[in-house]
Amino acid sequence: MDTLIENFDQIRDGFLTTIWLLIFSGVLSTILGTVLASFRVSPVRSLRAIGTSYVNTFRNTPLVLILALAIAVIPTLGFNSLGFSIGIRNFNTFFVVAALGLAAYTSAFVCEAVRSGVNSVDPGQAEAARSVGMSFLQSLRMVVLPQAFRAVIPPLASTYIALAKNTSVVAIFGVPEAAYVMRKLSNQFTTDVWFIFGGIALGYVAIVAILATASSLLERRLAVAR
Amino acid sequence: MSTVLFDSPGPRARARHNVLTVVAVVIALAILGWVIWKLWQEGEFSADLWEDLAQPNIWNAYGLGLAATLKAAVSAIILSVLFGAVFAVARLSDRIYFRLPARIIVEFFRSVPLLLLIMFVYFGLLHQLYWSLVLALMLYNGSVLAEVFRAGVLAVPRGQSEAAQAVGMRKGQVMRLVLLPQSVAIMLPAIVSQCVIVLKDTALGQIVSYRELVAESQGIAQFVHHNIVPLCIAAVIYIAINYSLSKFAVYLQRALSQRGRTSEGATATSDVTFGPGANAGA
Repeated sequence: MDTLIENFDQIRDGFLTTIWLLIFSGVLSTILGTVLASFRVSPVRSLRAIGTSYVNTFRNTPLVLILALAIAVIPTLGFNSLGFSIGIRNFNTFFVVAALGLAAYTSAFVCEAVRSGVNSVDPGQAEAARSVGMSFLQSLRMVVLPQAFRAVIPPLASTYIALAKNTSVVAIFGVPEAAYVMRKLSNQFTTDVWFIFGGIALGYVAIVAILATASSLLERRLAVAR
Repeated sequence: MSTVLFDSPGPRARARHNVLTVVAVVIALAILGWVIWKLWQEGEFSADLWEDLAQPNIWNAYGLGLAATLKAAVSAIILSVLFGAVFAVARLSDRIYFRLPARIIVEFFRSVPLLLLIMFVYFGLLHQLYWSLVLALMLYNGSVLAEVFRAGVLAVPRGQSEAAQAVGMRKGQVMRLVLLPQSVAIMLPAIVSQCVIVLKDTALGQIVSYRELVAESQGIAQFVHHNIVPLCIAAVIYIAINYSLSKFAVYLQRALSQRGRTSEGATATSDVTFGPGANAGA
């Protein structure tokens, strides 16, 4: 127990890094995943093929391998200084590359969540909208997307929860987030492994619980009697 | 092709789509070409790499890695199915002293990252590489499967268990003779798609330096002094296996639901088991 209290600073910094990773790769994968989903539901055949091959490639490869490839490929392509800072917090190139790898992997799952949401809207809805004279954009904005958005929330939330847990994988490559702190402390204080695991696991459980609660609140707010 | 988003295209729209198809292909090929050209310039595809890769001991290493991955994945999936079945039944029990602990255990192991579990089992319980990985995989995937199985049993129409009770079956008989056989149609595809996740997740064994396919390919990368091609070979192996497994899961789902035994329930829960998020293991 003392180990947890004495090393509280490290654990807190670890979870801060975890949360920043979650935010960056969450935002990036939402953007890329939505673009890919729009490819996959578009009438243009080659765009559909591009979307499908992206999803099949990235969904079937282990995240560890994708991260290893990102670390190898991105600097080789000439992107050597991707670091930046927000306020007093600095993000080095390594952090950004890890976040990009996580985002590349998660986008495939975001894409599938968004696509299944759009596909869950009954085609009759759009037909009805068209037959009362709405234009394509009107039917998209007022009929299809509001319903799709509702259907997307639960699968998207479980994707973000998976992402929150997956951020731990970057520990293998030495990004100092919570799981990395756990490995370091477990090596240092071998007799306290149970407490260290309990403490760090509790942090992850809290993050997951917050995401799950937020999604169910949002879902209830947007729910509509059908 | 007509979906909720657009009508079937007319001749003008079709011409426009053809133009867009060509434009998209050109842009995609341009990006891919630039990446390959850049990597080629940096010497990632140089001749000595291919000579090194042609050595038989390299392919031996890939084989060993793949064998280690499959070995861990197969043991883990068998144990996970058992763990999932036990905890699903416990969660469906009428008795709170079975239901509540099972629920806490399942919820806990589902929300803790697998990597933490592997480290915990290795440093805190077993100190044994292979079994630490398998045990951690069992705890995580077993908990996920417990939820899948529970959803499968709940998806069997209520009238089935009511009818079984009405003809005088006891609780165990209702579960064993009526509910479980009917929900297998939903569970089998879910188990197959969980295999994909387990296969990918064995790669996390690296944190305790279990030498599976990804670790071996990284070793090969160091040995031949080139990173990208050896890693891509491992990726291709994973994609081939996992893609066929996912296709098999979809085929199973279709074949089993066509038997019509669980017509409504199967479609209702297929979202739970095949939901995109459900597949997002590491």
